[in-house]
Amino acid sequence: MAVLVVADHSDGILSDGTARTITAALELDATVDVLVAGEQAQAVAEQAAALSGVTRVRCCDDAAYAHRLAEPMAALILSLMNEYAVVMAPGSAQGRDVLPRVAAVLDVAQLSEITRVIDSSTFERPIYAGNVLATVVSEEAIKVITVRITAFEPTAAAGSSAPIEAVAAAEAPDLARFVEESVVRSDRPELGSAKVVISGGRGVGSAEGFKLLEKIADELNAAIGASRAAVDAGYVPNDYQVGQSGKAVAPDLYIAVGISGAIQHWAGMKDSKVVVAINVDEECPMVQTADYALVADLFDVLPELEEGLAQLKAH
Amino acid sequence: MKILVTVKRAVDYTVRVRPLTDGSGVDIANAKMSMNPFDEIALEQAVQFKEAGLADEIVAVSIGDSGSQDVLRSALAFGADRALLIQTDSVLEPVAVSRILAKIATDEAPHLVLMGKQAIDDDASQTPQMLAARMGWAQGTFACGLSMGEGEVSVIREVDGGTQTLALTLPAVVSVDLRLNEPRYLKLPDIMKAKRKPLEVQTVEELGVDVSTKTRITHFAEPPEREPGVRVQSVSELIDRLVNEAKVL
Ligand SMILES: Cc1cc2nc3c(=O)[nH]c(=O)nc-3n(C[C@H](O)[C@H](O)[C@H](O)COP(=O)(O)OP(=O)(O)OC[C@H]3O[C@@H](n4cnc5c(N)ncnc54)[C@H](O)[C@@H]3O)c2cc1C
Ligand SMILES: Nc1ncnc2c1ncn2[C@@H]1O[C@H](COP(=O)(O)O)[C@@H](O)[C@H]1O
Repeated sequence: MAVLVVADHSDGILSDGTARTITAALELDATVDVLVAGEQAQAVAEQAAALSGVTRVRCCDDAAYAHRLAEPMAALILSLMNEYAVVMAPGSAQGRDVLPRVAAVLDVAQLSEITRVIDSSTFERPIYAGNVLATVVSEEAIKVITVRITAFEPTAAAGSSAPIEAVAAAEAPDLARFVEESVVRSDRPELGSAKVVISGGRGVGSAEGFKLLEKIADELNAAIGASRAAVDAGYVPNDYQVGQSGKAVAPDLYIAVGISGAIQHWAGMKDSKVVVAINVDEECPMVQTADYALVADLFDVLPELEEGLAQLKAH
Repeated sequence: MKILVTVKRAVDYTVRVRPLTDGSGVDIANAKMSMNPFDEIALEQAVQFKEAGLADEIVAVSIGDSGSQDVLRSALAFGADRALLIQTDSVLEPVAVSRILAKIATDEAPHLVLMGKQAIDDDASQTPQMLAARMGWAQGTFACGLSMGEGEVSVIREVDGGTQTLALTLPAVVSVDLRLNEPRYLKLPDIMKAKRKPLEVQTVEELGVDVSTKTRITHFAEPPEREPGVRVQSVSELIDRLVNEAKVL
């Protein structure tokens, strides 16, 4: 069986989610090819070729894929699908945007955000905000799958490099035009792959309040997340949102500060190994379900926590 | 301009759904049902376009059992002009829903289809993209901003790292995200008025669309429970436990 993994990348860097998707693909006992499409995609193709388990990289270096819009991307993937039984992509904004278009043209059901490969046609995926795990059997002629990247480890670097083969751009009608983007590059680890995440909610009260979390994130090399309420209020950018309709995270340590712990928030962080709640309300679900709960005012304890962590590091 | 809005009836977002003990399904027989929250946002956007004189007709469509008439009545109360229920007792895969919607989009010929970015039951986030592909139309997923132009719609999308703006040629499909707007509260006079608006019901069989797929859920399980946690009294106790007990620092 051959699997095509559609790579995610930005600024010439292959995403960590792609390396995790390759791991999921390898669990199918398959030959795994990676498709890298973009403008000046060669550098990304080389990063993909260096990953263990990759048989071949198909590289489409063309300005038509500069922003990887869904219409041309789907056309490109479809132009290769006579060679593959499965197409997989990370469940990132790009993967979620593009793959259903591919599935519709193939007229097959897609599996979104699988968390486990049980066998070559059986998968697990969360539904109902992660409160139920569905075992799904797919006997579709071609399987179209997005992967919950937190559920798989990234494939390691290989000692050698897989061949990179150029593929031609595919014909696609001009339906959408890129206008602009406003993307903030952060030096912190990615939310989806960070070992430690500290998230703030409405209780943090302001963008200013998030500075307290940033200081702790600096001490712990943590990613910063947020609840929907904190994002809606404009304290932090939209892509900080953890939850059912935001990002899924699964760090070793998740610190929820001033977050009540609604179903939709838990949906995004329930696979964290250790959850810490810092909240004034001892009745709220976050405190009730966390592994360690500190019932206190965040403005009192965060500076203390920062200091304690700094001391720990010094020792 | 004509706008088609899709509305799905789903378990209310406040309900914590559990699987049936034998794993054969989910325990929602008596659960509170509501309009999928993302679809309310799609409707609100459609109504705002109409109020701004940019749209003249809003058609709401739902695919589901007879209970879906409730969410269509709400859609009419929001401001949709007429509603269409494609009735089925089966739970359909998004790809099957997209076949039905493609038939309706072909018949109705809207300029814009507004949909939710995901249904909060299956969390699939597929149907809008699938409809766009079937129609050969542009798509703008995860929209947090929308504005109408000459023959096109401009969409601000929430993507990894921030936002992206696209201009889509009409007709197009847009799937909306949480921050696009805040849906209005329905007022009693609007709810009363909605009772007199047309709601047409057709079965999937009457429509003549094949809704079969080769995908099925064979088991519904509860995710692993967390061990009960502990209450710590101080920051130093917290750090101590994270270092020595949980070993995560
Ligand atoms: C369709 C849909 C999708 C959604 N998707 C998401 C999602 O992806 N992610 C998400 O997070 N939410 C999501 N939500 C929203 C979710 O239901 C909750 O409304 C949201 O998570 C609440 O955010 P919060 O906990 O920050 O705010 P609140 O519920 O208001 O909680 C604030 C908390 O801060 C505490 N607090 C206040 N002051 C202090 C202080 N000084 N010190 C310590 N603690 C303090 C309070 O005790 C309270 O527990 C979604 C909702 C819907 C309907
Ligand atoms: N049965 C349905 N009836 C009406 N709209 C639907 C239905 N299923 C999906 N949709 C629309 O498609 C969006 C995404 O759903 P999904 O792909 O299932 O996550 C929803 O927010 C709805 O707008």
